[in-house]
Amino acid sequence: MLCEECGKRTATVHVEQTVNGKKTVMNLCEECAREKGVLNVFFQEQFSIDNLLSALLGSIQSEVPALGPGETETRCPVCGMSYRDFARYGRLGCSRCYETFDDRLMPLLRRIHGSDRHVGKVASRAKGTSKLEREIESLKRQLSQAVAREAYEEAAVLRDKIRALEKKLGGGAR
Amino acid sequence: MKDQEALDAILTRAASPWMDGSGHLADVVLSSRVRLARNLKDVPFPHLLRGDDAKEVMLRIKKAVDSVNGKGAWGVLHFIDLETITPLDRMVLVEKHLISPQHAQRGEGEGLAFREDEALGIMVNEEDHIRLQCLYSGLELEEAWVAASGMDDLLEEVLPFAYSERLGYLTACPTNAGTGLRASVMVHLAGLSMGGQVGRVLTTVNKVGLVVRGLYGEGTEGQGNVFQISNQITLGQTEREIIDNLSTVAQQVVSEEKRMRETLLRSNRQEVEDRVWRSMGILCNARALTSKEAMKLWSDVRMGVDMGIIPHLTVKEINEVMVMSRPNFVQKVSGREMSPSERDTKRAELIRNHLSASSR
Repeated sequence: MLCEECGKRTATVHVEQTVNGKKTVMNLCEECAREKGVLNVFFQEQFSIDNLLSALLGSIQSEVPALGPGETETRCPVCGMSYRDFARYGRLGCSRCYETFDDRLMPLLRRIHGSDRHVGKVASRAKGTSKLEREIESLKRQLSQAVAREAYEEAAVLRDKIRALEKKLGGGAR
Repeated sequence: MKDQEALDAILTRAASPWMDGSGHLADVVLSSRVRLARNLKDVPFPHLLRGDDAKEVMLRIKKAVDSVNGKGAWGVLHFIDLETITPLDRMVLVEKHLISPQHAQRGEGEGLAFREDEALGIMVNEEDHIRLQCLYSGLELEEAWVAASGMDDLLEEVLPFAYSERLGYLTACPTNAGTGLRASVMVHLAGLSMGGQVGRVLTTVNKVGLVVRGLYGEGTEGQGNVFQISNQITLGQTEREIIDNLSTVAQQVVSEEKRMRETLLRSNRQEVEDRVWRSMGILCNARALTSKEAMKLWSDVRMGVDMGIIPHLTVKEINEVMVMSRPNFVQKVSGREMSPSERDTKRAELIRNHLSASSR
């Protein structure tokens, strides 16, 4: 196929444009495409991260059901954002939003990154924190077992240990 | 040196140290950049922060920066509140790649920590609370990553970063979550462009999951045949994997560019030399130059310098022309705002004087 613009060179760039619902197709050679600035469209339209995200969010927005009467949206306890707000702005409100909207963000992250698991750098603070968290969890399990056994003295000791560790965790994380 | 003095020095000099033409494969790779996005735990992201809240976050980060200043390889960082400088100064910082265009527009509660050599910077309250970046000349992503990560470690000692064991560093936009790492290289593809192959090569780059943009981000594609190639995925890969992947692709692009330059010299030497010298002639003699034209001519001459066609000019000297072509820099060194035609005249004068001084 020859270029529609110059009629000389072979058309290697095929551009589809939809303006007001009307679709047009242009077949151009690389030279004419560059002159018409079509090759630049290629960068802007198809490969911008923001456009990619808004396209993904657009599809998500249509999946977020409208609120029925008396229904309330889940809002992030720290910043007050709803998932609907996120779909509209493309930005989350705060780091807690990742927990609040976990079930909806996971599929989105998989679509964007092809993964929902961080394998890179481990925050130095997190190294200590998660160890503490694991310890607290283990103590809590022992506590409920102690309560089940009605070993109240042991339970009291465990409870104090948990409180002390939780205090340490809270202080360290802020 | 005081913060304001350090800023003024940066704003009025055309030569950014990271554009000195040093480093690996520097005849095609102008620079390497590593940017890390970090946020404070349980503090609303900048787009939700207003007035005093934004300022409070900025001061908190400034305090943290001050407390680790001068440690390790980090050097001394200066800090400025972007609200206290003029919009023109902010735009020059954009042209110098120290802040983003979005960061220049808002201003309230936004800050910039920077090292005097322009190679290290921390944008405060841009899209994320913290965006720290390292810029190096040539293909030096590994070095840039090590430096950025070292800064990150220091800051992490004094600031509680938003981090989840499963998702890594949490960012305002989920496209940055995980490593929060955006690595990019700026490549000058004058040969491929002359040979009509730039589209083909960049399409291939896109196919392997990397993003191509212009010199100043979106909308400046291809100015001066300079393209930015960066990673898109930030989650599910280690920082080293991301950097190695980008490095490998950059090296392939470089070898394509070099092969094209060799081919051009072999088969069209006269045509290439003529184009390079004509462009040099215009840069040295024109009485008015638009930004776009200056970049186009810069591209030819820069390739001519790399090919040894113009032996008397250094890479650093010709790279300064790149900065001089920017509209806000021209106004800054003139000390006032100018109409586009005044700028074109001033730009031609700056470049003319610079090149005649360099050829002596």
